[in-house]
Amino acid sequence: MLITLEKRPTPSRGWAIATPVLAVILTMIAGGVMFALLGKNPVEAIRTIFWDPLFNPDVASYSRPQLLVKAAPLILIATGLSLGFRAGIWNIGAEGQYIMGAICGAAAGLALYPLEARWIVFPLMILAGALGGLLWAMIPAILRTRFRTNEILVSLLLVYVAQALMASMALGALRNPEGGGFPGSRNLSQWPAAANGELVANTGLHWGVIAAILAVIAAEFLLRRHILGFDIRLTGLAPRAARFAGVNPDRLILLCMGISGALAGLAGLFEVAGPAGQISIDFASGYGFTAIIVAFLGRLSPVGILLAGLLMALTYIGGELAQFMLSLPSAAIQAFQGMLLFFLLAVDVLSNYRIRLATKGAA
Amino acid sequence: MKRRTLLAGAALGLGLGLSLGSAAFALDKVKACFIYVGPIGDGGWSFQHDQGRLALEKELGDKVETVYQESVPEGADSERVMTQMALSGCNIVFATSFGYMDAVNNVAKKFPKVMFEHATGYKRDSPNVSTYDARFYEGRAVMGTIGGLMTKSNKIGYIGSFPIPEVIQGINSSYLAAKKVNPEVTMSVVWAYTWFDPAKEADAAKALIEQGVDVILQHTDSTAPLAEAAKTPGVIGFGQASDMAEYKPSPRVSAIIDNWGPYYIKRVGELLDGTYAQGATWAGIGDGEVKIGEITEAVPPEVKAKAEEVRDAIAAGTLHPFTGPINKQDGTPWLADGETPDDATLAGMNFYVEGIEGVIPQ
Amino acid sequence: MLGGINLATLIASLMVAAVPILMAATGELVAEKAGVLNLGVEGMMIIGAVCGLVAAVHSGSPALGFLAAAAAGAALSLVFALLTQVFLANQVATGLALTLFGLGLSSLIGQGYVGVKPPPTGRLEIPGLSDMPVLGPILFHHDVWVYLSIAMVAVVAAVLRRTRAGLILRAVGENHDAAHALGYKVTRVRLLAILFGGAMAGLGGAYVSLVRVPQWTDGITAGAGWIALAIVVFASWKPWRVLIGAYLFGGISVLQLNLQAAGARIPVEYLAMSPYVVTILVLVLISAERGGRGGNAPAALGRNFHAAR
Repeated sequence: MLITLEKRPTPSRGWAIATPVLAVILTMIAGGVMFALLGKNPVEAIRTIFWDPLFNPDVASYSRPQLLVKAAPLILIATGLSLGFRAGIWNIGAEGQYIMGAICGAAAGLALYPLEARWIVFPLMILAGALGGLLWAMIPAILRTRFRTNEILVSLLLVYVAQALMASMALGALRNPEGGGFPGSRNLSQWPAAANGELVANTGLHWGVIAAILAVIAAEFLLRRHILGFDIRLTGLAPRAARFAGVNPDRLILLCMGISGALAGLAGLFEVAGPAGQISIDFASGYGFTAIIVAFLGRLSPVGILLAGLLMALTYIGGELAQFMLSLPSAAIQAFQGMLLFFLLAVDVLSNYRIRLATKGAA
Repeated sequence: MKRRTLLAGAALGLGLGLSLGSAAFALDKVKACFIYVGPIGDGGWSFQHDQGRLALEKELGDKVETVYQESVPEGADSERVMTQMALSGCNIVFATSFGYMDAVNNVAKKFPKVMFEHATGYKRDSPNVSTYDARFYEGRAVMGTIGGLMTKSNKIGYIGSFPIPEVIQGINSSYLAAKKVNPEVTMSVVWAYTWFDPAKEADAAKALIEQGVDVILQHTDSTAPLAEAAKTPGVIGFGQASDMAEYKPSPRVSAIIDNWGPYYIKRVGELLDGTYAQGATWAGIGDGEVKIGEITEAVPPEVKAKAEEVRDAIAAGTLHPFTGPINKQDGTPWLADGETPDDATLAGMNFYVEGIEGVIPQ
Repeated sequence: MLGGINLATLIASLMVAAVPILMAATGELVAEKAGVLNLGVEGMMIIGAVCGLVAAVHSGSPALGFLAAAAAGAALSLVFALLTQVFLANQVATGLALTLFGLGLSSLIGQGYVGVKPPPTGRLEIPGLSDMPVLGPILFHHDVWVYLSIAMVAVVAAVLRRTRAGLILRAVGENHDAAHALGYKVTRVRLLAILFGGAMAGLGGAYVSLVRVPQWTDGITAGAGWIALAIVVFASWKPWRVLIGAYLFGGISVLQLNLQAAGARIPVEYLAMSPYVVTILVLVLISAERGGRGGNAPAALGRNFHAAR
């Protein structure tokens, strides 16, 4: 007997909803086994990760809003990436664009320090942040359209360049002149004209969250109603047909890379002006890479990405709680997240393929 | 790898006017929470802080409950972790990386009843924030003495992490100590731009050895430079942050050990008996916060005696590693004969002393 | 002599510095040639590093350690193979997840082995040859893995170019539908290529924990896996150029430290980013020269195969 896969004509909607639930359950089982092997109570560990951030009486009032803070950059970046991914355009250098957005946005703001006019400083920083990410994404995009250079690799390589730039900025050009010689810029979140603080107290809501929600809505609209969304979907499904239909592939590459770069840059700016506060050597925290995973967990659909981003944030925050409440090593949480991703990726096959049991093997 | 960026606390106003009563009442039991920037398995910085936590548990037994969280990135994540710690009932939070500075002060404002202790920082915005640090440069002077006396090639190498004051203090201090016992000595500095990257640290050590260096000091956290030194006979090095005893008796001939336990025991003890108050501690060899690891038999007895003499004189307060006359690298006078710098100057040190070659990267 | 640096010792040390990235890149090259983009190299390397050390410490034999490292790297890559080849999951996302999982798992396995010294791996001393001036230290003063890593490049180059197996592998990577139509087992070929990539990454990681550093600490590979990925691109998927790329990348990092030790004044951060910029330029040059064939990249790179029948 042999199991074969048969491609569904269209992805199953039922499975598309059921598979993430299935994956979470599978992860709970496998993760529970791992926690038990580490000598911890598996039920308690799972409860701490998935339940306590939302409903624990001591911490939930704080950690619930924090979910938004943690999820916002992931959702913002992933939404931009998903457009390109749907069209077969692989920007995996969002981490670099995120860093460049933070550098450019912070630099634009710091150039005006200590100006107090928020209506000048903050919008300018937002603009510079988006532009920084956009320009950084344009490098692989233009190399691809001009020379057919593989954008996966160029965008990835540019991440390292951006990281090195970040270190040199923290130690050099953007270093806080009043910081006693220590690496790191001024703290933007303590400068009212530039701060991306909470808009409503204790909600976690900052401009990055709003931008993420707007991006999700815009992307949903784009994909459903706009001709560009149609072009993207058509190119992803049938590149040759798209070309015959008059889609200009080069234009699509520039647009998709540009949008994802600008959104990643925005995420970087909102992070550096808000939660992170400053340009520092360790600023890059891998959001750009995690967002790729979030994009796929969300099945490349804007609403899916919104949920996937929140789930990812939940495992981060729940993982932190589990670490200090139950003394779980942080490595166990990392491995647990890895498992969750594996299962989510694996069960996706159910929504795209039908599983058949064939009695005669022929493959 | 995320690492702390640490500062030898700008101990402005050390112990002055800081005795504002923060916790005037005694507690029956203290929940002490620790937040580390690296994994406790890093064998260096975070490992030593965790050793301090374990010493605290051992000393105070069931009067203290400790929890910790490792590998917490600086920035937004650390602020969240500390807030959650405060919410879940911690009485005192030890934040053990320089980069947590703004987060510590933000969280402390919201939880006036929770005490916050920030390692290597200098900001104490609310009365419930204290800072603590160790005078590592004192230990460096002992290392420099051993290195200066033991080098055959008269070349000492120093693997620096980042060009920040704490590291520069160490370079200057060890150079001055070596120079004092061996006027021929020169020092080459290699900046690794990392706190922790074993392969890179090994390469840096190798590059130094190839330049004829036979004494290696390091301000990065892994044992890789020692492992590299072990491959070439006659090259010696020192344990950094932890004892690194597995490289005894040579190349590891001694070590500079971060010993946080006594401080943690003291502060939690004060919380228990109600004498706790805000403070800014910058303690060195004399207070046991910087320990000199066993000087092994690979060191000749007279060198060992000299090193112990320096150690004991620093501990007793009769010797300051920076005692004039000392010029800056460009020849301008820094300290007059017999003069010693104040802590604020030390904490912001951003220049080499005369005789060291190369420039501090900017 | 170059600015006070002895060129012979510089070359000798860059050869050692390059071994981990060379091994991992050679493995990744084979996987990519088969059309599989596995971004989990870092995860597989670090699993190899920790398992190699644990096995070597318990058995007392570095060789067994390396063997265990190859097995561990291959085992982790099997997860990748299962997800991408059987469950048809996206390769980019799966590779990233693999790295995340590998970093976490390695740290769990490594608890209790922090700072433990592994048994030493000896150098090959060839009487007469090792003592030669200049060439002696460059060519004949290394441990066996330095030579093996070069030998692996030669083997991979020969297999890819001259054997039927290599031809099938390349066919699968260029056009899996055509290869399938010709009766080749696309999934099986890719599975083997992924396993080879995993084993090589594991060996590269073990070289870090058993020879170069040698010890275990969390995060010991410190990004070497990502550099290996860059090298494959730099080499435009040609084995011998992988060797050049690895030596260049290893060389630049060694060179900048040596220049510093020799007292030269250099902007460290800019030197650190130079290999990546050079790689991008090389990529552009190759793809421009080929008139838009994507720079010699296997045509099916990163695309999943499903036999529709």
